[in-house]
Amino acid sequence: MDSAISDATAERRDAALSATADNGLKIVVVGGFGVGKTTLVRSVSEIRPLNTEETMTQAGRGIDETGGLDGLRAKTSTTVAFDFGRITLDAHNVLYLFGAPGQERFWFLWDRLFSGTLGAVVLVDPRRIEDSWYAIDRLEHHGTPFIVARNDFGGSAHTAAQLREALDLDPGVPLVDCDARSRESSKNVLIALVEHLKTLYAAQETAK
Amino acid sequence: MSRPGRDDSPDRLYTLTQGRSRSAPDAPFDLVTLVVAESGPTPGMQSELAAILRMCELPTAVVEIAAELRLPVSITRILLSDLLDAGRISARHPRAAAGHSLPDPDILEQVLVGLRNL
Repeated sequence: MDSAISDATAERRDAALSATADNGLKIVVVGGFGVGKTTLVRSVSEIRPLNTEETMTQAGRGIDETGGLDGLRAKTSTTVAFDFGRITLDAHNVLYLFGAPGQERFWFLWDRLFSGTLGAVVLVDPRRIEDSWYAIDRLEHHGTPFIVARNDFGGSAHTAAQLREALDLDPGVPLVDCDARSRESSKNVLIALVEHLKTLYAAQETAK
Repeated sequence: MSRPGRDDSPDRLYTLTQGRSRSAPDAPFDLVTLVVAESGPTPGMQSELAAILRMCELPTAVVEIAAELRLPVSITRILLSDLLDAGRISARHPRAAAGHSLPDPDILEQVLVGLRNL
């Protein structure tokens, strides 16, 4: 008996969803390397964050089922790893939180992985603001609603106004401070995102 | 932690899916589609398929299945399509609007209530 395997199995059973769960929801946390995405996911997740990956051949859209192995080998593949955690909201709704790298190749997979996502949190390290520019640009491009959360590593040198300016942030996009190590703080980031989505929805209805 | 798929030779992934590199274009499996087994594994069944059926006695998201099997999401989707076609699993797809439209305010309210209760 391999105890490591049986432990893992037992852990998964403990973490099983209710039989009534029938609606999965997605929120994506995007940010540069080491900014604290996984820390934030871990702070609020009911399961230990898991890691998986997706691969896509560069010419992937063109491969058909007859392409076979030769076809696979001939293409260069893009591989993106991401972490995720889970929050059971009620008997039916389960929220999955994805920690995703903001680097360029990741965005090739955005539609495949994250279409239908509720929204995104751009997690910013105030010492490396430039890491967030690309993510913000891409989210705007994809039309994905987002907020910006500044992960406070202790004494940011910038005021909120300075950070907004440095990020060239639209005035309508909320900017919040957080400590990704804190469950309460991370939870408040998610609440701020959903409140923002409600505001956007209300504005959209008014505009109709 | 070792990364699923990365250490596998293309040959293994090829064998798993009988050479298909992606599921059908209309493959309905979202990352958070919840999968439920409709029957148990049968003797001689491909081990990955049997593992999925055991894992999905209770609803389990596609992304959790991929992580557990240490397979890329796209390969997992192909295996799930086969099981769905064979009637061995059912799929509970997300109700949130796909694409760029904002989600239903009722759903947003349910999410808020759930988050505040954490």
